[in-house]
Amino acid sequence: MSPLLGRIKTPSVIPGFGLTLGFTLLYLSLVVLIPLSALILKTTELTWEQFWATVTDPRTLAAYKLSFGASLAGALINLVFGSLAAWVLVRYRFIGRRVLDAMVDLPFALPTAVAGIALTTLYTENGWLGRYLEPLGIRVAFAPLGVVVALTFIGLPFVVRTLQPVIEDLDRELEEAAASLGARRITTLRRVILPELWPAMLTGFTLALARALGEYGSVVFISGNIVGETEIPPLLIIMKLEEYDVGSATAIAVVMLLASFLLLLMINLLQWWSARRHVAARITLRVSPSAGGV
Amino acid sequence: MDTALILQPTKPQRGGIGGPSTPATTEPLAVRGVLITIALVFLGVFLGAPLAVVFAEAFAKGTAAYWESLREPDALAAIKLTLLTAALAVPANLVFGVAASWAIAKFDFVGKSVLITLIDLPFAVSPVISGLIYVLLFGLQGWLGPWLAAHDIKIIFAVPGIVLATIFVTFPFVARELIPLMQAQGNEEEEAALSLGASGWQTFRRVTLPNIKWGLLYGVILCNARAMGEFGAVSVVSGHIRGLTNTMPLHVEVLYNEYNFVAAFAVASLLAVLALVTLAVKSAVEWRYRRELKRGGATPGPGGPA
Amino acid sequence: MSIRIQNISKHFGSFAALDQVSLDIQTGELVALLGPSGSGKTTLLRVIAGLERPDPDSGAILFHDQDVADRSVTTRGVGFVFQHYALFKHMTVFENVAFGLRVRPWQQRPSRREIRERVQKLLALVQLEWLANRYPSQLSGGQKQRVALARALAVEPKVLLLDEPFGALDAKVRQELRQWLRRLHDEIHVTSVFVTHDQEEALEVADRVVIMNQGRIVQIGTPEEVFNHPANEFVMNFLGTVNVFQGRLETGRAFFGPLEVDPSSLFHNQAGRAARAFIRPHELEVNTHKNGQPSFRARVIHINAAGPQAKLLLESENGESVQVEMPRDRFQSMGIKRGDDVYVSPKNMRVFMEDYVI
Repeated sequence: MSPLLGRIKTPSVIPGFGLTLGFTLLYLSLVVLIPLSALILKTTELTWEQFWATVTDPRTLAAYKLSFGASLAGALINLVFGSLAAWVLVRYRFIGRRVLDAMVDLPFALPTAVAGIALTTLYTENGWLGRYLEPLGIRVAFAPLGVVVALTFIGLPFVVRTLQPVIEDLDRELEEAAASLGARRITTLRRVILPELWPAMLTGFTLALARALGEYGSVVFISGNIVGETEIPPLLIIMKLEEYDVGSATAIAVVMLLASFLLLLMINLLQWWSARRHVAARITLRVSPSAGGV
Repeated sequence: MDTALILQPTKPQRGGIGGPSTPATTEPLAVRGVLITIALVFLGVFLGAPLAVVFAEAFAKGTAAYWESLREPDALAAIKLTLLTAALAVPANLVFGVAASWAIAKFDFVGKSVLITLIDLPFAVSPVISGLIYVLLFGLQGWLGPWLAAHDIKIIFAVPGIVLATIFVTFPFVARELIPLMQAQGNEEEEAALSLGASGWQTFRRVTLPNIKWGLLYGVILCNARAMGEFGAVSVVSGHIRGLTNTMPLHVEVLYNEYNFVAAFAVASLLAVLALVTLAVKSAVEWRYRRELKRGGATPGPGGPA
Repeated sequence: MSIRIQNISKHFGSFAALDQVSLDIQTGELVALLGPSGSGKTTLLRVIAGLERPDPDSGAILFHDQDVADRSVTTRGVGFVFQHYALFKHMTVFENVAFGLRVRPWQQRPSRREIRERVQKLLALVQLEWLANRYPSQLSGGQKQRVALARALAVEPKVLLLDEPFGALDAKVRQELRQWLRRLHDEIHVTSVFVTHDQEEALEVADRVVIMNQGRIVQIGTPEEVFNHPANEFVMNFLGTVNVFQGRLETGRAFFGPLEVDPSSLFHNQAGRAARAFIRPHELEVNTHKNGQPSFRARVIHINAAGPQAKLLLESENGESVQVEMPRDRFQSMGIKRGDDVYVSPKNMRVFMEDYVI
């Protein structure tokens, strides 16, 4: 082993470090890092005025606003109903539970384009759901609400899947303890269970939000792409590219990328926080029998 | 960012989960009923209905029309291109995933957590941007564009671009399944094999690989599903040339925009079947994996609780 | 094969797991590395095996007078039994034991028949022929341990290394396996080193015991030597329960807690120095009356008479706790009850001087 390698790596008898790490770094650079840095470098070719003009263009701003608002709404819907679904899937036994549980991953597995045309067909005025909503004055397809629906769909698994293992791991003795201390079920839920689930719920919410912000395939069909009204930033990027306006496309993309990285950072912080909480909780549990003992 | 898709090395369920609930840990029957109903309606509207409508629309004009639209040459070309793309992207990311997880799980080195974050990076990038970066690199106005044009090499608006963009968006799948799995399994079995005289390759093939096979399969399935279904990234680099650079999802878009709904949903139904198969295999793998954990669960690995 | 370890050090970051360790192990010996956790015993074992590399500038490891520094674990020819067995989960017992033979380069690989015969012989040796087709998850802890041992022996190692071989087993299985390992070693006579933190295990099984603390070897000797002639307070403390009395040496007399003793010639010229007396529970004699020996009075606080030895917890008049053990029949004949006052006199004690503190 070379002395340099010895300094960056703890010695081990397992072979293959140089080969596998070397290949990993090479592949990572070729596929991810170099192409991504092409984007960063392209941005530096833009003048500040150009960049600013593009990202503050009313059409771009409207797209950012719609994207962010609809993503937030979708993530919130998932936070509420996804948490409820996770609870139901873990805690209750009913016919079809296993199939339903497996189906939760559908938005991951179903190509977004398929989801897009399926949702559009459902919500157009003679679609299965649209025909009941349109008479009520609720317009989903080709309207901002459609974007929310699409983003709810693609973000659905995140809250459910981050929450499920945490609910499974919940110590039932906590609930029994709360009950034995005279807490009513709703109090137990609010004071004992929710605080335990909160970090995972928040992580799931942020993951759904991050995924929704970049989404393209499922949205472009149902949104109808009405200028300045139901356009999303990824669509603008594609339109700029079709006009060979690579600079504007890059500018819009960089803002999106920054937002994604910010969210990624938040997710990591959240996971760090919940891991720390988890550890702290474990220690408390281990200590409490002796500390509480008389 | 598909954290939720990690094959959770969940412990065999404990604490009475799966068993009968004690009165103190469940809600009254009526509340349970209401909650189950809400969950069913929510999941039904958002998952069940879109899936059902795909097949309903595909067969709206009968089976003959369905098969007809699948036999059409452009559809066949799209299917072929999709299979080709997956056949190139999945093995590439498989090899990468195994190498990366070996380096990360079996060794301690400076910068390991940075490397893990970088591997996850493609999940944080919007699909459209994933396509855009290759346009900026290989497109006519891109860095290498003029050189490529001079040598008559086509990457953007051609198959290589589609494959590259697909590799990018499916990049982390195998690696992030394997890293936590291999970390949890520790190095003891590998050390045992080495002490018995096995070479590095023998150790990997005979000891490590059988231990990670379910995780590997899981990662490959997810990677494949995404590779075949990717839309945004491929859309940017493909150029939508019918019969040449249209993958199945792109072909669906073209047909749909031409109001050829039956054909669009027919091709879409193939992708939906792929999704269902993915989910089924995924559930089966999870089930197998849990069972094996339960069987082997008695022996804590060296990384386990001391 | 003899093993010679010369001045080996091993650091993990700034932590010294091994600090200039030297040790000679004779051919055919069964040696125990004994010490508390973090004492470096497992690290030493892994360094011998080649699973850890010693610090680059530290000494040498010789197998039969040959430096093995550049031989990896794969070619060192050691059999290593891991603490948690490290059995290959996806292979049967038979396949586990056969592994080391099957991975040999084909020129050196025994034929299928030979492999089968060798594995069956080994399984017979560890008394597990009937489990050949089971998977590790279907075995008990003791069975796994024996499979791990058979697997390590299959490659005919010159040295057998065992890391806490009984650590993960429950008390009864542990006891059985200990004696079994001793008999097995007498049968096959391969140079063996095992790591343990259980002094009873080390004293019962090993030919020689190497006691380690904080990365250094504190004492080496036969079980009898280390138990009866501990080199220092650490060894004394580590090898079983002991009563400690703070004391002071004076001219012609010595005081240890409640006890006044005649200083032997050992203490001459040491007057005025602080010292500590160590007395094992079975080295204290309890009487209901004074018998002329130096003794002190104490009250019986707790009695545990379940077992061959009756264990008494006493409290001296100055409030010190004292543990005493005596044969059960003697205890019964004396008729001691809780709350009684008794006289305690030492049959034997070891005194260690306080180190000079500047």
